[in-house]
Amino acid sequence: MKYERDPVRIRKVLGEKVQFIQGDMAVAYGGLLSGVSFFGGYPITPASEVAEGMARLLPRVGGCFIQMEDEIASIAAVIGAAWGGAKAMTATSGPGFSLMMENYGYAIMTETPCVIANVQRTGPSTGQPTLGAQGDMMQVRWGTHGDMEAIAYAPSTVQECLDMTIDSFNLSEKYRHPVCLMTDGEVGHLREKVVIPEEEEMPLIERVEATTDKETFLPFAESPTTGSKVPDFPTFGSGYRTYVTGLTHNDKGFPKTDKQPDHERLVMRIITKITDDREEMTDVEEIELEDAEVAFVTYGASARPAESAVAMARAKGIKAGMLRMKLCWPFPRHIVNKVSKQVDKIIVPEMNLGQMYHPIVEYSDPGCEIVLAPKIGGEMHLPQELLEMLEVS
Amino acid sequence: MVEDMINANELREKYLRDGMLPTIFCNGCGHGNSLDYVFWAIEELGIDMDDVALASGIGCSSRIPGYVSADGLHTTHGRAIAFATGIKAANPDLHVIVFTGDGDATGIGGNHFIHAARRNIDMTVILLNNFIYGMTGGQLAPTAPKGSIATTAPYGNIEHAFNISELTQALGAAYVARWPVFYPYQPIKSIKDALSTPGFGLVELMSPCPTAYGRRNKLGKIDALWTWYEDNTMLMEDYDRIMDYGTEEEIAAAKNKIKIGVFQHQERSGFFGEYDKMTTRLMEQDDAKWGV
Amino acid sequence: MIEVIKDWCKGCDICVRRCPVHALETSDELNKRGVYPPKLKEENECNYCRLCELLCPDFAITVVAEERKEESKSGLIIGGVANEV
Repeated sequence: MKYERDPVRIRKVLGEKVQFIQGDMAVAYGGLLSGVSFFGGYPITPASEVAEGMARLLPRVGGCFIQMEDEIASIAAVIGAAWGGAKAMTATSGPGFSLMMENYGYAIMTETPCVIANVQRTGPSTGQPTLGAQGDMMQVRWGTHGDMEAIAYAPSTVQECLDMTIDSFNLSEKYRHPVCLMTDGEVGHLREKVVIPEEEEMPLIERVEATTDKETFLPFAESPTTGSKVPDFPTFGSGYRTYVTGLTHNDKGFPKTDKQPDHERLVMRIITKITDDREEMTDVEEIELEDAEVAFVTYGASARPAESAVAMARAKGIKAGMLRMKLCWPFPRHIVNKVSKQVDKIIVPEMNLGQMYHPIVEYSDPGCEIVLAPKIGGEMHLPQELLEMLEVS
Repeated sequence: MVEDMINANELREKYLRDGMLPTIFCNGCGHGNSLDYVFWAIEELGIDMDDVALASGIGCSSRIPGYVSADGLHTTHGRAIAFATGIKAANPDLHVIVFTGDGDATGIGGNHFIHAARRNIDMTVILLNNFIYGMTGGQLAPTAPKGSIATTAPYGNIEHAFNISELTQALGAAYVARWPVFYPYQPIKSIKDALSTPGFGLVELMSPCPTAYGRRNKLGKIDALWTWYEDNTMLMEDYDRIMDYGTEEEIAAAKNKIKIGVFQHQERSGFFGEYDKMTTRLMEQDDAKWGV
Repeated sequence: MIEVIKDWCKGCDICVRRCPVHALETSDELNKRGVYPPKLKEENECNYCRLCELLCPDFAITVVAEERKEESKSGLIIGGVANEV
């Protein structure tokens, strides 16, 4: 049977409006609320609870959950489902995310809306499966071969796991692009209060379905209905008889692989449809930044001890602030640059040996000192450690 | 007879994408035949091409959807069946057909292939087995007969070959058949049966590759290559009869043949049929609980 | 009658070799690919079995029964071989 989103049934299945749940479960909730009708996933710590939640919830709203044979199949089935007309998602962690890289590129090249939740852990390789890290912030941007732009959220709380899953779907549908929700083992396994939003509190964006003449429709060109660089979507079965390929293709979708301008034109449209809207989609939180002289620029789980450190520093009279990037990619370069012009020093706490640190350095004012505060091994920064870094400023 | 049927020109006009032919396939390659047989099967079943979605991976066989006037997903190497699973999940009304090769489906994509067959996912897989990686220039395939030559097996293949149809049969797929492409009517019938049987249908078509396999293995021009296939295949019914009642010599000879025919045809609910039952039950139970 | 889309023919000769009544032969006219597409022999016993049509890997052959010749979509049928359709 074909899925139809039923907001009343979804909320009934989710239960109480206010709940105390894990971050991973909140991702599943967010997916359900967004209208996900297909989830393909493979067990992996610390992301398995997303799949478990979906396996339990999705059939009760008429959606389809399949535990696929691996992560490659998971993302493949998700992309297939998207072309079949579904909002589709998968969830994984570092090793699975690495396996998904080829088809992640395929989703980008074929402009397929879908969501990948990556409950990050450390690496290289199997690393520390049960412990969180921010190991894939660069992989999401550069991990697949070739040139592309990424769209990636980084939630810091369980509530944000839910909300940003909905945001991820909205951007994914809007830009016909795979969106990654870069949560981590800390937030994923954290239990906190969440409030399930009412329907009117969570506007949903849906892909623009192709409606124009079937003979002349171009599935990989600027939209004839909106004028946007994002093409209208010819769902399979709607009679457009679309050919979709990961090869460099023309506006019609057919392979066109031998000429430099064809490739450049296609790839540049796919990139600029996102980067043109960089400022519009920017999603950051500014904490105590107005008069700050030193600031953290961070994201995800690392923002939690950083925020505590800011409060402790303020209590001691240190003019500290924080910029939290909720949407890490496309990189909010204009905001980071503005902050770097205001403060003397930016400190970048990350649960890795420096990933988002690099674009922060790249786009900051040369007069601003940028200091990395790395931490690996599956432990979060302590607020005290970060406070000490503020104190030496 | 002829008068009752659509002619080949009309068939081409109805099913081929405008301006895409001639195909990229080499002279004598059987992939074009396979596509022709799929067209005839669809025509005879009266399926509307708006209700067909194709998926393919990488390789010669995977270029086929580009020639077909239908929705088609030309995906990454080996993964077509996983993509196709998603298409079918999102829209169970579509007839999902996968075009794949032996390397694509059982080399790099073996895992997806066996699991889709085991789950009895509702799709029809047209697997074009040519014993070789053709598009990349003749490297060793997991289906290559022992002793055969490939660019990456220059001294002869020492590995055992996959028997794809028997593997799929063992996995409990709904429909499994293997035919060489030079028999037109049996493949057409099998494709029709696979398309109209719920669950996973495999039609393994033995498609000669004159360029990368036949030439390197000195099997001669296309006609000689076809003769090689004729000499080295045996109808399943003949094979069974010889095993039961043949002479020792006949039995020894038969054991070296590739069996062809219908390996399995069972009517049972496919994955999505089962899934549908489950969701319907759960939603009814919820409705009862909520008093809707 | 057979119609051949000459430039789709790759010259495999399957049709010629597999015709049950040996009704076909290669023509003496090169196509764009540099091969000789098939044609019906002057004297032939074609019984419209359509095997050549089914066995052609390149969708190049259409068998047209005599009584349906009028309805054939392609014109320019010369000596059993059609020009480009």
